[in-house]
Amino acid sequence: MEAIRKHTGLVYPLKRDNVDTDQIIPKQFLKRIERTGFGQFLFYHWRFDDDGNKREDFSLNEKKYEEASIMIAGENFGCGSSREHAPWSLLDFGFRIIVAPSFADIFYNNSFKNGLVPIVVDKELVTKWQEKAEKDELNLTVDLETKKITDDEGVMVDFNIPEYHRQNLMNGWDEIDLTLHLEEKISNYEKTAL
Amino acid sequence: MGKPKTIIEKIWENKIVHEEEGKPDLIYIDLHLIHEVTSPQAFEGMRLAGRDIRRPDLTFATMDHNVPTKNRENIEDPISKKQIDTLAKNCKDFGIELADMFHPDQGIVHIIGPQLGLTQPGKTIVCGDSHTSTHGAFGAIAFGIGTSEVEHVFATQTLWQEKPKTLNVKVNGDLRPGVTAKDLILAIIAKYGVRMGNGHIVEYTGDAIRNMTMEERMTVCNMSIEAGARAGLISPDQTTLDYLRIRPNVPKGEAFEKAAEQWLSLATDEGATYDKTLTIDASEVEPQVTWGTNPGMGAPISGHTPIIDEAEDKDGVKRALEYMDLEENKPMTDIEIDHVFIGSCTNSRLRDLRKASAIVKGKKIKDSVKGIVVPGSALVKMQAEEEGLDEIFKEAGFEWRNAGCSACLGMNDDIIPPGGRCASTSNRNFEGRQGNGARTHLVSPEMAAAAAIHGRFIDVRSFEGQVQ
Ligand code: SF4
Repeated sequence: MEAIRKHTGLVYPLKRDNVDTDQIIPKQFLKRIERTGFGQFLFYHWRFDDDGNKREDFSLNEKKYEEASIMIAGENFGCGSSREHAPWSLLDFGFRIIVAPSFADIFYNNSFKNGLVPIVVDKELVTKWQEKAEKDELNLTVDLETKKITDDEGVMVDFNIPEYHRQNLMNGWDEIDLTLHLEEKISNYEKTAL
Repeated sequence: MGKPKTIIEKIWENKIVHEEEGKPDLIYIDLHLIHEVTSPQAFEGMRLAGRDIRRPDLTFATMDHNVPTKNRENIEDPISKKQIDTLAKNCKDFGIELADMFHPDQGIVHIIGPQLGLTQPGKTIVCGDSHTSTHGAFGAIAFGIGTSEVEHVFATQTLWQEKPKTLNVKVNGDLRPGVTAKDLILAIIAKYGVRMGNGHIVEYTGDAIRNMTMEERMTVCNMSIEAGARAGLISPDQTTLDYLRIRPNVPKGEAFEKAAEQWLSLATDEGATYDKTLTIDASEVEPQVTWGTNPGMGAPISGHTPIIDEAEDKDGVKRALEYMDLEENKPMTDIEIDHVFIGSCTNSRLRDLRKASAIVKGKKIKDSVKGIVVPGSALVKMQAEEEGLDEIFKEAGFEWRNAGCSACLGMNDDIIPPGGRCASTSNRNFEGRQGNGARTHLVSPEMAAAAAIHGRFIDVRSFEGQVQ
């Protein structure tokens, strides 16, 4: 996993609540056995019509968001299935950070494992940022070291992120490697508890 | 006597391999179920790192999500075929037991775990599938994981998990005749919303739960994830033991009695407290139908679609009604359907098929309706056929298929066409879930069967085919 400490990027606002993983990556694209190449299918049925043409009414298709790497989403982002293809497709599309008032548990977890950073921010601020990004343009700087987000206007907010995940993200650590250091404990557990 | 504990706390404490300040707990995983869709990348990761699977003996594989429910011998889609072949190869290479497409134990992963007795009280059970919560019906902590976590379990048989908060969903009173476990869980989600359980493990308690069969309990726990909870469980009792006693992978004779005693001791102690408690009165629950694009967007059959101006989330409701092509304030009984799907890990066990077949027995489904019945496992299929249920369905005009996930997620050919409207016994009514542009209404098997006959939703309690 690629380490991430600080990231500055353009914001794409997705003003919908309860965006589920079936929307993020529809099931017909889950048949691939690779981890890569899922970006082209991100929000497929929102981005493309039945003939495969880009839909004009879906904002992610707008030119102004082409370079976006931070998404500001609605409540309960990533609900539904456990498919890790969801963070894979977001990352492959170019997103590194997802900001939302709340996340679904499995998606939240899956994101960290892939270096996609989910950050919980107050609903009020989410709405304010979404509007700014929509009407105008918004860039944010996310700093995992200081746990702060700064916007264009210099507004700075603190965010919380589980320390364990923060360390893994900043160092690009492989979780399995870390756990294997505890091999003895696992073996002992198996001897005594099973 | 120590402090009274919930079953959730008791199991959790039993499973801790390592605790450390500032970290989640490292917990042991007793059973790892895998299937073709969320495992290939995990196997690939193992290969690349040159790692072995730590406990292939605690791992069990089947093929369910992508497999065709007819003509299995010739899978035309090369990408589907590759995914299925890849699982077979991976299981062979890594020494994992596999119930493949033609195996008598094959079926939807959450149907076969319990059926084989692999699912047991007190276990931690994971699978790369969010409906793993189903297994919680037995008093296990069972939850869905992503592919990275699948790989982590492969390599270490453990997972780093934050100790979950506990949520008691207390179901007072009892369900009225003709109202099912599915209606109850849909009503709970409609009442408390799809974020009800975020960050929590739910324990379902109360008389209505105690009076349920294991199959009904599985239906309830199955949809915990639809309420935002990664896991939902029910304390084990005599009903749990009776179900398990006859299963192949449980201890036998005296060993069973010993295990049973330990299992029962896991039940939540009198006086234990939860982080949160929510209640619902079972006697007020009516048969449910969802009208929208998440499982919380539902109404009783006597109800109407919402009025946008009166809704809290006006944009969401408006978009959902648009997608579903429904007007505001429309009586649920006026909604006409053209597809019926009876299947999925929520409602495809033998009891579900019996209940649905009793409704359609001797009747014909409406000409305009296409109906399919997909048993949850090869065993369910066989048992249903022994009872002649397949004939009842076929005579009524349903197609009778082989076991798999099928139109629950439409990864194989079983899809609802764009604009199609389906009464479905599955668990998700997301946009496009059953096929691009398809519209899904979640209901119980009984309600789905009655809708097939009438071509629209009808209160199954007023339906002449209703049997008690
Ligand atoms: S039946 Fe549906 S919900 Fe259940 S495991 Fe299969 S795809 Fe998932």
